[in-house]
Amino acid sequence: MKLLEDIWKNRVSYLFLVPKLTFFTLFVVIPVVWAFFIAFQKYGIFGSEWVGLENFEKVLKSEAFYIAMGNTFKYTIITVPGSVIIALVLASLIHPLGKLGQSFYRSAFYLPTVTSMVIIAMVWRWIYNYRYGLFNYILSWFGIAPIDWLGQSSSALWAIIIMTLLIPPGVGIILYLAAMNNISESLYEAAKIDGAGPFQRWLFITLPMLKPTTLYLVMLSTIGSFQVFTQIILMTKGGPGHATETLVHIIYKTAFRDFEFGVAAAQSIFLFIIILIFSIIQYRVLKTDD
Amino acid sequence: MNHMAKKSGKFFLYMMISIAAIISLLPLYWVFSTSLQLTAYQDEDLAQPISYVEASPPKFYPAGISEYIEHWQEARTAEKDGNIELATHHRELMSGIITNSFSMYAYLFKHTNIWRWIFNSFYIAVVVTIGILIIDTMAGYVLAKKRFPGRNLIFWLIVSTMMIPGQVTLVPMFIMVQKLGLFDTHWALIFPDLSMVFGVFLMRQFLLSIPNELLDAARIDGAGEWRTFMTVVIPLSKPALATLGIFTFMNVWNSFLWPIIVLNNADLYTLPVGLKTLQDANLSIFKLLMSGAAVAAIPMIIIFIAFQQYFIKGLTLGGVKE
Repeated sequence: MKLLEDIWKNRVSYLFLVPKLTFFTLFVVIPVVWAFFIAFQKYGIFGSEWVGLENFEKVLKSEAFYIAMGNTFKYTIITVPGSVIIALVLASLIHPLGKLGQSFYRSAFYLPTVTSMVIIAMVWRWIYNYRYGLFNYILSWFGIAPIDWLGQSSSALWAIIIMTLLIPPGVGIILYLAAMNNISESLYEAAKIDGAGPFQRWLFITLPMLKPTTLYLVMLSTIGSFQVFTQIILMTKGGPGHATETLVHIIYKTAFRDFEFGVAAAQSIFLFIIILIFSIIQYRVLKTDD
Repeated sequence: MNHMAKKSGKFFLYMMISIAAIISLLPLYWVFSTSLQLTAYQDEDLAQPISYVEASPPKFYPAGISEYIEHWQEARTAEKDGNIELATHHRELMSGIITNSFSMYAYLFKHTNIWRWIFNSFYIAVVVTIGILIIDTMAGYVLAKKRFPGRNLIFWLIVSTMMIPGQVTLVPMFIMVQKLGLFDTHWALIFPDLSMVFGVFLMRQFLLSIPNELLDAARIDGAGEWRTFMTVVIPLSKPALATLGIFTFMNVWNSFLWPIIVLNNADLYTLPVGLKTLQDANLSIFKLLMSGAAVAAIPMIIIFIAFQQYFIKGLTLGGVKE
């Protein structure tokens, strides 16, 4: 009774939540729960039937899925630490420049990030062009023979990885700079008195103080990199062969080219579990021990 | 000596960062440079019958610039010499160079639906942004400032879904959108975007920091809940609203995976979807593709330059960006 009274007294508060919760329920809660049902069904236009674990079996038996998983792992394992380290190095170089220098370079590195990945992927397809592309031309300065970057299976995934590493980690730089500006000067002063040089101060003060930011960035970019898709569909369509097949691209193809909704749902549950496991491991390894 | 070392160290630092900045801005520059590059001339007087877009070695700036200056100088000398005919000839070539440089932009606006795509992207982004600002502030407000049964449960439900990758719901969302009869309409983009939860989280965090006394003062004045919200909460939230608005706009403007799934009719395409079909149809006409990419990039670049501080603030408030 007391509860009902409480609810009635707060009716206005619930009304304030209604619009958001309507969309949230319709397009987040129901689809998430539904995904688990579809994964156990053979979903067709004329009705669906329960098939138990058949979809999961299909996924685990498909060679393309393992290749996609391997490619996505490889992509993640190289680009996540790579981008975070690049962000750390650039932020460390920008930090001593003072306010004006900081805000100038921060913007310069963040600008490419605000444009859509569609644009970035389109221009990199052009940059990687075998005959007229900028990339091969610049490599020729160093005496490297032209490579058909996106056209051969040995280099296509590397091309995608290199491109990702060369997109400036704007978010990371901004977060690292904010964290560095929050470190108290007195820590550095004390270290200076103890005779620590600039590099030692960076290694023993800056780096440990940045640990929460690093954890956040690693987790955020891991989630993002497991979902790599736009570059793939616009630059290679997963090819040549399965050389650049990734998890999300294979989900997309299974669902909207082959219309195997049940299998696609099972694949996306695998993706969810993989991301969850990675996040937990990273949290355990990198969290600050308080 | 020490002073010298310090100075050269600083110089070295600037150089390293500047090189990194150039590398990171180069692709974006390449979009614009390629889009304005001269293509094979029709006019025989302009000697070189090659396209600068596909040139080896590549031209690092639009060739039209140097050609234009050349002809401008020659036109001036000819005018000084009183050779009107020659001067007119060079002037004509100059306007030809301009037309040639911008030829693919002209093509885009004449022969594709790009106006439509820009309009669609823009109005969808505006509708979603306004919607998100209103409903997320409402939700964030009561979650921050009111105590009622179920509050924590609702909050944790919302926050915990932030961990679930969007692709998990791709298939059920598609079926849902079809069942609701929204497939191939803009509602199929707008409604799911309104379910994004980041804003609730952001607004709640922000409103927690606003002292209750400010709200109580309004209530003592006899203002109802809705009036308090409109006249006190909204004005106080301006900085957070600006940040949330900009990031919502950016995410909607750039969104790609979901729109390519639910949009079929070319008139309904958003800009990224339009660009994909443009690329699928003209795989190797790079000047055209880069012109389209440039058209899509310009609005976000302008917004970024105009509202920089909100981008930075938004990121440090809680980390946004997909």
